[in-house]
Amino acid sequence: MKLNRVTALVAILSLLAAGIAFAGKDLDAVKKKGFIQAGVNGGVFGFGMPDEKGVWKGLDVDTARAVAAAVFGDASKIKYVPLTAQQRFTALQSGEIDLLTRNATRTLSRDTQLGLNFVTVNYYDGQGFLVPKKLGITSAKELGGATVCVLPGTTTEQNAADFFRTNKMDWKPVVIESTSELAKTFFAGRCDVLTSDASQLAGTRAIAPNPKDYVILPEIISKEPLAPAVRHGDDQWRDIVDFSVLAMINAEELGITSENVDEMLKSSDPTVQRFLGVIEGNGSALGLDEKWAYNIIKQVGNYGEVFERNVGVNTTLGLERGLNALWTNGGLMYSPPFK
Amino acid sequence: MNAPPKKPSREFLKPPVTEVGVLGWLHSNLFNTWYNSLLTVVVLLMLWQLVPPLFGWAFVDSVWNSPAEACRDIEGACWSVIPQNISFIVFGFFPDGHQWRPGIAMLLLLGLVIFSKDSRHWKKSLAVYWLVGLVTMGILMYGGLFGLLVVDTDQWSGLPLTFMLALFGMVAGYPLGVLLALGRRSRMPAIKTLCVVYIEMIRGVPLISLLFMSSVMFPLFLPEGVTFDKVLRAQVAIILFTAAYIAEVVRGGLQAMPRGQFEAAESLGLNYNQTMRLIILPQALKIVIPPSLGILLSTFKDTSLVVIIALYDVLKTTKVTLSNPKWTGFSTEAYIFLAVFYFICCYAMSNYSRKLEKALHTGR
Repeated sequence: MKLNRVTALVAILSLLAAGIAFAGKDLDAVKKKGFIQAGVNGGVFGFGMPDEKGVWKGLDVDTARAVAAAVFGDASKIKYVPLTAQQRFTALQSGEIDLLTRNATRTLSRDTQLGLNFVTVNYYDGQGFLVPKKLGITSAKELGGATVCVLPGTTTEQNAADFFRTNKMDWKPVVIESTSELAKTFFAGRCDVLTSDASQLAGTRAIAPNPKDYVILPEIISKEPLAPAVRHGDDQWRDIVDFSVLAMINAEELGITSENVDEMLKSSDPTVQRFLGVIEGNGSALGLDEKWAYNIIKQVGNYGEVFERNVGVNTTLGLERGLNALWTNGGLMYSPPFK
Repeated sequence: MNAPPKKPSREFLKPPVTEVGVLGWLHSNLFNTWYNSLLTVVVLLMLWQLVPPLFGWAFVDSVWNSPAEACRDIEGACWSVIPQNISFIVFGFFPDGHQWRPGIAMLLLLGLVIFSKDSRHWKKSLAVYWLVGLVTMGILMYGGLFGLLVVDTDQWSGLPLTFMLALFGMVAGYPLGVLLALGRRSRMPAIKTLCVVYIEMIRGVPLISLLFMSSVMFPLFLPEGVTFDKVLRAQVAIILFTAAYIAEVVRGGLQAMPRGQFEAAESLGLNYNQTMRLIILPQALKIVIPPSLGILLSTFKDTSLVVIIALYDVLKTTKVTLSNPKWTGFSTEAYIFLAVFYFICCYAMSNYSRKLEKALHTGR
């Protein structure tokens, strides 16, 4: 009897909480506050991390800045909330943040059960393997019996287990809590292979005592589409976040960069004119200033610029575009027409 | 000009050189039995193997302030990871150019703590100093007055955050713990039950789970948009946690008081408050200084657990620095630095408690 009452109470409370959580206009709230609260990682170089001065840098950070530029015309109107993997979805559900850009993989269960919506992917990642060249291995299929360095409790460990089981190979996981210690262990030779998201592997190889001694195997064993997410319940806000990401991709396709965006305003191409708000319509459709896309490109840059600045070949991570190239270059980055 | 007659005889009395001085000490302490001799030799050999390379790594082959690239080519320690990132490690997200504010606030705090150590300063005026000091610190940290830039608590990080969480955790947790201990020994059943339930509940869960609840579950029960400050939530969790542990220690002290003390107080006509304040607590709290210190020390060190709710205390800011690929390989140096920092703080605290014990010793 007593237990039933407690269960009923909990049920009612959670219903109430749910009812409250999914009502109300996020966009209005954001505009009233005057800034966006963005949940970011805080510890992944190239995606979301403070630099030596405490200034936030990274691909995810720039995505959030793009949204701020679209809404307020000022990319700096953001309050960053560093979140752990456990906190990130709760923080979004509870309204502590308005926007989650924290290298979260879009999956069916997350999209449906957690009361949130993912928007356009801003980085296509996947899990890979890093091995010393001297082992003479060229394919992950040859890794039978290997000792594998892996981070605990993430999907990474699970994916690796699945991969070795499907291919009927033995493996010995060496589980180490932090990324930097993991790399140290691997370079000290305590394991044969290091497995992690491909974006991280490149960075790990870059800090090796001699990077040329290590090679990333061609197999990618999992799909990790990393996408920003918003709460259920405000489709207009979701559209704005979605098209802020798409605007960066579209700008790259149109050849508009933060450098030439002012000249492009004078372009006679109607596609460019519509995109930059010279021909009006897109802005009012989203409920934003007509200059919204211009502001994103001017202040943050197009997707290619953001990519190269944070994770591209000239950074410490030194990543190739790969899947993240434009569709015209064989990648997956594709934007619907802006009209 | 008579030579003192006793001098030569003294020379005869002098013990053999192997029994006095350095040699004598060595003989009686390190080589007095065959197994001690063996142990000494083995330990010396190990030290010989260990110390010179360690010394070389830390001091000879090391660099102290160079860019990260220079560190890749050397064999020794790369201490540069600290000075090159010191502003982020110490002050975290506090806006660049305003970092003198938390700097001064910390000095002020340190000054107040040192001032309060001296028992001659334990007067009512001390409370006033603390009040003034805390308000000044608040203004320095938060800003908003006198044209200072407003810095929200989510930008408080690094050393100031560590000190703040630790200090308020101890200072607020201690009196709360004393009250709980008194409550648990109360004759009023309602109060007693409440205190027992509270203490046992808090002691039954790890601090991490309290922090998790405060940061992950608690917000879900609030209406959307209503959010409490994250730092405040963690601070409250730490205070509640410390209080429960202090309560049990203090209860131990109270139980150690002989019945005679209570009876004596009653026979003097003192009421409950007076008995506790004037007779029982001063003695009981003195007894429990050593175990209390143990709890306060662990409170100080436990503040680093706020890492798991993404607050950037000094441990986390260091870790973030290390996740920059430039500095990733140098975790050993960074952790040694942190260990030294924590050791200095904890050693100072335990040193003070020993002095306090001596000063308050009344010879019972």
